[in-house]
Amino acid sequence: MTLLEAKPLAPAQPPSPGRLVDLFEYGLDAPICLTWELTYACNLSCVHCLSSSGRRDPRELSTDECKAVIDELERMQVFYVNIGGGEPTVRPDFWELVDYATAHKVGVKFSTNGIKITPEVARRLAASDYVDVQISLDGATAEVNDHVRGPGSYATAMRAMQNLADAGFTGFKISVVCTRQNIPQLDDFKAIADRLNAQLRLTRLRPSGRGADVWDELHPTAAQQRELYDWLVANGDNVLTGDSFFHLSAYGAALPGLNLCGAGRVVCLIDPIGDVYACPFAIHEEFLAGNVRSEGGFKKVWRDSELFTRLRKPQSGGACSSCPFFSTCKGGCMAAKFFTGLPLDGPDPECVRGFGEELLSQRDAASSIPKPDGDHSHRTERAQRKSTGPIALTLSVRGVERPPVSACAEDPLAGFSPAGPTHGANCSC
Amino acid sequence: MDIERAWDVHPQVSLRPEPFGAMLYHFGTRKLSFLKDRTLLSIVETLAVSPSVHAACKTVGVSDEDLPRFTAALEILERSAMLIERAS
Ligand code: SF4
Ligand code: SF4
Repeated sequence: MTLLEAKPLAPAQPPSPGRLVDLFEYGLDAPICLTWELTYACNLSCVHCLSSSGRRDPRELSTDECKAVIDELERMQVFYVNIGGGEPTVRPDFWELVDYATAHKVGVKFSTNGIKITPEVARRLAASDYVDVQISLDGATAEVNDHVRGPGSYATAMRAMQNLADAGFTGFKISVVCTRQNIPQLDDFKAIADRLNAQLRLTRLRPSGRGADVWDELHPTAAQQRELYDWLVANGDNVLTGDSFFHLSAYGAALPGLNLCGAGRVVCLIDPIGDVYACPFAIHEEFLAGNVRSEGGFKKVWRDSELFTRLRKPQSGGACSSCPFFSTCKGGCMAAKFFTGLPLDGPDPECVRGFGEELLSQRDAASSIPKPDGDHSHRTERAQRKSTGPIALTLSVRGVERPPVSACAEDPLAGFSPAGPTHGANCSC
Repeated sequence: MDIERAWDVHPQVSLRPEPFGAMLYHFGTRKLSFLKDRTLLSIVETLAVSPSVHAACKTVGVSDEDLPRFTAALEILERSAMLIERAS
């Protein structure tokens, strides 16, 4: 990194060879993890929704506009998109767009709460190589799940997953946002996934969208973060994380994944009205790079926008740069810092060394905390959430096998060989 | 991997050039791989018009001395099904 710091104004021409992650920091010709939220409309009102979804935005991209975006993704050779929302399947043209994308060599993984996954749809999905499905489930029991996702949502998700399993769709994803209530259920989630021949995917709760309102209540405690890290190390490659938890790498060995904040470098979001943000968890004008409806379309925004160019320059680690864990933790998640009102070049609010918590307690009035842009929440409130009462937390320290930390971090083939394959469609971070 | 035989990029694999080399994506396994070396990329791109892996390496100018390193790298790609032996 000294090389980069010496020449901060060098054009984004990566030195070669180098660690892959260092090369990625310069950005790519096309994103690896492109999330496309097709609609803000949703049948549910999850309390932690990262996009504050509920009502459809009248300015939503039309079917033809969506197809034009897909054409452009094909030209840019974007391998696949992560389609989400809102609930994307409530768009009347949803299946038409999925078919259009796959016919144009753009693979699709879509996230759904399961509402439209009937046995018939499940059979159709099982027949396609180019479509992957991810069902959201935030509790291994109805009690824990519905507390966050709303009444009946557990039953809907379980039904959808059973339909997929019955149709022979193996390896679909069960996507869990880790919260204070469900961390004690990690083994139960794994058991559900194993039973259904599905793959478990754990991601981080971020204070984005409505998540900002419930973050204090739902985000895992420090002890739970440790428990989660140990669990992830013990379960290794069998569990996907979308590279969500690299801030936990400071506990020991780095977790599998790229271990960097990919915002604007390998990650971005196209929202329902065509706005392009640096990351799905950063819906705020600070992180708005442009719109696909503008001249030059998505490609121009991705390659030339002022914001993305800035994000691809070497970033200062600020207070974190002297931390021994900086090379893997990188100061954590930009969105998590932003929406908790912390400086972007300092520690993550969930810094495992406790520096984030310290800073949070020193913040002045809540007025300094930025509010997410664009609230599409349903205007009618969901029925009051009953307090589930104290939920027993298992804080047992389990002895887990950790991979030995290699004395030599450099692979003998570094800078020359192909990196080992990574799960492509697992990235949301 | 028998480098005297012909190999191809798997038909379900898409290859995209990038500033650092290239990225490969396998639509069947949904896995990504990266080529961080331009010579390796040239070899992979030359496979389709070569009668063997060895010939492809020669075409792009790999010396005998370097051959084992590149073969090892190609084997990593083979193990993740990015490359497939051409049916004779
Ligand atoms: S001080 Fe910064 S780099 Fe170190 S563990 Fe905390 S967030 Fe990560
Ligand atoms: S670390 Fe945070 S801001 Fe960066 S890409 Fe991941 S979710 Fe987005």
